[in-house]
Amino acid sequence: MSDPLLIVDDLNVTFPGLTGVTRAVRNASFTLGRERLGIVGESGSGKSTTGRALLGLVPRPGVVTARTMTYGGRDLLRLGEREWQELRGRRLSMVMQDPKFSLNPVKTVGEQIGETCRLHLKSTRKDAEQRTLKMLEAVQIRDPELVYHLYPHQLSGGMGQRVMIAMMLVAEPDLLIADEPTSALDVTVQNEVLRILDDLVRERGMGLIFISHNLTVVGSFCDRVLIMYGGRIVEELAARDLGNAQHPYTRALVAATPSLDADRPELATVTRDPKWLE
Amino acid sequence: MSDTTLGQWLVSEAPTSRRQAVLGNVYRNARAIVRNPTAFAGLVVVALLILMAIFAPWLSMGQSPLTQDLAGRLGAPSAVHWFGTDELGRDILARTLFGARATLTIVALVAVIVVPIGLAVGTVSGYMGGWVDRVLMRITDVFMAFPRLVLALAFAAALGPGIENAVIAIALTTWPPYARIARSETLAIAHSDFIQAAVLQGASTWRILFRHIVPLCLSSVIVRLTLDMAGIILTAAGLGFLGLGAQPPTPEWGAMVSSGRDVILDQWWVATIPGLAIFIVSLGFNLLGDGLRDVFDPKSA
Repeated sequence: MSDPLLIVDDLNVTFPGLTGVTRAVRNASFTLGRERLGIVGESGSGKSTTGRALLGLVPRPGVVTARTMTYGGRDLLRLGEREWQELRGRRLSMVMQDPKFSLNPVKTVGEQIGETCRLHLKSTRKDAEQRTLKMLEAVQIRDPELVYHLYPHQLSGGMGQRVMIAMMLVAEPDLLIADEPTSALDVTVQNEVLRILDDLVRERGMGLIFISHNLTVVGSFCDRVLIMYGGRIVEELAARDLGNAQHPYTRALVAATPSLDADRPELATVTRDPKWLE
Repeated sequence: MSDTTLGQWLVSEAPTSRRQAVLGNVYRNARAIVRNPTAFAGLVVVALLILMAIFAPWLSMGQSPLTQDLAGRLGAPSAVHWFGTDELGRDILARTLFGARATLTIVALVAVIVVPIGLAVGTVSGYMGGWVDRVLMRITDVFMAFPRLVLALAFAAALGPGIENAVIAIALTTWPPYARIARSETLAIAHSDFIQAAVLQGASTWRILFRHIVPLCLSSVIVRLTLDMAGIILTAAGLGFLGLGAQPPTPEWGAMVSSGRDVILDQWWVATIPGLAIFIVSLGFNLLGDGLRDVFDPKSA
């Protein structure tokens, strides 16, 4: 692996509350090159918060601290609002969970994708339209000219998510964070969207952080996997080694995955050990 | 294309072109307004008002709103002066028609001033939150704490009488509800995913405010504006009545009612005709606003 794109050392995200401080992410450390990294965990394990912290989007009153958090040599902890604006969309971007909520209902698909071009590439109207149409084609939308003029409510879920991917990739960022990009979609559409995402990431040699609670998808789709539990990274391993994980939590998660091949009358459940949090 | 096939083409379930779909939507909305009797009545009144203002010189049949005829003062309605003459012998029909211009000017200018101010204050306040929100909302509270007409009177008196100053005074007292509406709409959408997505694209705060949030607040603000028109007209007439609106000899409905007040028992037409005009036009705007709200309310579709 060449120089890592992203270095995160000892990342903590905390939210002050009435009953004391909630620690959403605890002492997370990892690096990322131009590879596909999966982050897996249950709801509330801090996966999405980690993703948002990398983009400087932790909602108030959350506090992000880290020993180091650099991206391509730039210290993410010290960026001003203006520098964030240059970085977001151009170098780092994020695909969100549900296209029904992540596209502006009163702007057409073309306007929304073109906006990124105009912001970052200083494109003219014409050039932005060209790029948008090309990008729509790249996410395998059959009739880009037609979809360009549609509003989000006129799209199906799978198309919406492809538009979202197009919107986030059109400025050719080096790192894409996909926060459960397929959870809101039908199973049949999921694979299609994942394949498109995979092709684009591979083609452009980008880094990808794939946040999901679907162990099977992550296992087959990523190079490396981080397992999070209660805001802590409990294990990091290569995706193909998921079967022989060391940490009891990972093993329990793997055991709880239903399988067509093995005949199990009852699925295993995860028994949690408070010691994992220490 | 005959009438029925055009109608069918417009409401087609499977439009063959984008233009057909857009025109179809316009047609459906227009139909919904026309089908709604009160909204349609309002639309007719407002349309008539606009036509009256445009064609006032022709409709007044050669009578000037300003020419005085002291020999024929306070004349009863007759074939020459349909609505009679006022205390200076001026034709009341002509003055009422020309008065529509003053009313429309005031309404239009107030709308043009109030909507941007309300939207700007409301969206900035709702999106930024924190102390910006608190300061801006307390300012709107201060404006809302006073009765509207009293505040408008104070401003008009301080600025001096005249149409421009009346517009400024009315605008200053009308914007706070718009800021409130825009703020509440903004609060509802500021945390939605598509705003976050725009942040992720690298959009600046101003860009998000004006390109993403304002378009979403616009529809409710416009409905509120049509409902407010009646209030604006009444305030304008009130200022005119008290001598703080349009200055004589410019015909203005409020001032006309005021000048007819002294003779209301003997020469009733002097105050009644402009009063009726005020009444019908505010009713028309109210009906239209109600109808628009029903047609454009997404929840009752």
